[in-house]
Amino acid sequence: MMSRVIPLVLFLLLAILLAVGLTIADKKTELPSPLIGKAIPEFTLPVLGQPDTLVAHSDLLGEPFLLNVWASWCITCRVEHPVIEDLANSGKLKVVGLNYRDDPADAQAWLQHFGNPFALILADEAGRTAIDFGVYAAPESFLVNAQGQIVFKQIGALTQEIVQTEILDRLNKGELQ
Amino acid sequence: MKPRLAASVLILVPSLALILLLWPMLTLASAPLIFNDSNQEQRFQSLTEELRCLVCQNQNLADSDAPLAQDLRQEIHDMLMDGRTDDEIRSFLVDRYGDFVLYRPAIKGNTLMLWLAPALLLLGGGMVVAYNVRRHRLTDDGSVFEPEHTDQDSTP
Repeated sequence: MMSRVIPLVLFLLLAILLAVGLTIADKKTELPSPLIGKAIPEFTLPVLGQPDTLVAHSDLLGEPFLLNVWASWCITCRVEHPVIEDLANSGKLKVVGLNYRDDPADAQAWLQHFGNPFALILADEAGRTAIDFGVYAAPESFLVNAQGQIVFKQIGALTQEIVQTEILDRLNKGELQ
Repeated sequence: MKPRLAASVLILVPSLALILLLWPMLTLASAPLIFNDSNQEQRFQSLTEELRCLVCQNQNLADSDAPLAQDLRQEIHDMLMDGRTDDEIRSFLVDRYGDFVLYRPAIKGNTLMLWLAPALLLLGGGMVVAYNVRRHRLTDDGSVFEPEHTDQDSTP
């Protein structure tokens, strides 16, 4: 009796393992950021289109903001664009752009075409600051509280649902101060 | 073989071979990294081989041609030239990208299962084998296992 049950149990365990593996496989490409709960990395970057105007990380502190990593070569950024635009237009949260490994002229043309939702755009042409943020693809978004700590990171496009549950709900609860 | 087909094969095969031969040069056309000595270069090689490319997650940094991998190779090169240790370089990447960037993650709380799983599986398999062997011994009265003779292979 036992010799018939044991292989069946083993098979079921293996099947469960496989099912769990397959369901988390979709999420596996999204890595948890070790930067959550930590201060944003230090940087000094020029403003897009104004190479002489430099902005430091400390200039951004004092109010919560969303840092959105985007580029003109990034196709998913076009999908995400209306969501970013809605959030920026709502006036609830400051949205800062980080233009990642992009040609400034291409970036400007992209903004002309799709519209510019950003309160400020930092140009990271070499991608050096993006490395400090642990960016490995675009788009990525970082929710930063008024103290300058990273509260939430989104890899890939933001959706209206994610904006509501991860960003606006936190904002409404006063968690971003 | 028809003469025309033979001619096209004669042209196609060598040109394909040439492309394959030159492929590394074509793909690694970015500026080469310069090192002070061969020891430094050796360390760079072994570091980039054990660090994962985040964009193409099944390649290491040494093999990947993704723009981010190029940036990270440059970054690792600059840190080596700066005199930083291998551990400092590894933790630079872990601080930014997490343990996932290491192909050989450190043994700690959240990676313990990863390291122990092979041993546990081996132990479990060994127990199953031991259990079966013991059971057979018991039923066979301790006699040595011999294949049972069937009608087909009975010798005359």
